[in-house]
Amino acid sequence: MLHIVNKSPFEKNSLESSISVAADGSAVLMIEDGVYGVLKGSRVEEMVKGAMGSLKIYALGPDVEARGIADKVMDGITLVDYNGFVALTTEHDKVQSWL
Amino acid sequence: MSTKRFLYVNRKAPYGTVYALESLEVVLIGAAFEQDVRLLFMDDGVFQIAKNQKTDGIETKNFSPTYSALGDYDITKIYVDKQSLEERGLTVDDLIPLTYEDEDDDWAEKDSIILIDRNDVKTLMEESEVLLSF
Repeated sequence: MLHIVNKSPFEKNSLESSISVAADGSAVLMIEDGVYGVLKGSRVEEMVKGAMGSLKIYALGPDVEARGIADKVMDGITLVDYNGFVALTTEHDKVQSWL
Repeated sequence: MSTKRFLYVNRKAPYGTVYALESLEVVLIGAAFEQDVRLLFMDDGVFQIAKNQKTDGIETKNFSPTYSALGDYDITKIYVDKQSLEERGLTVDDLIPLTYEDEDDDWAEKDSIILIDRNDVKTLMEESEVLLSF
């Protein structure tokens, strides 16, 4: 399953909730303000790093670039472009958007 | 017209919602009416003044260069909550270097950004006469 998170992890608990219920082998894609979840050295880094063992974590590159945090992405997160976004939605059988 | 101490409290990230851009518009209006304008960035608001914002990929206007013009509107006090930066893995070096020219000091260029802690935020809010929240 693909979990899509579009809210800042510092303002809403969408990222935390998605990670806590995502089954092993699932993917989490951060978009819009959700991309702040990529920040290394932040208070969510430990949670995201901890999830990498069983989940694949992606972030939408254009949203990362827009917010000026491209050089602060923690290791282990894969950046995708819009085509990659589309590919992820087609590769997974289901999509859960954490609005 | 009397001058009042205005504090704009900015707590939202840019682009995800329209709050940041709307705040900036109102800040410039307040400055045009020669009010004593101060800005506070805390919580996700600190992301508004993150440097290196490049919005071509999301086809949205990058309004972050406008913050650099605030000094020309006599907005010289821009407070940033230290704790909010730390929680996000940021330091002052990750922010746009905002400055103003001090007319009382031979137009010397000075930093507008003032890092403060939560206790200072409390004082700042109490000292302000008008609070505008975005």
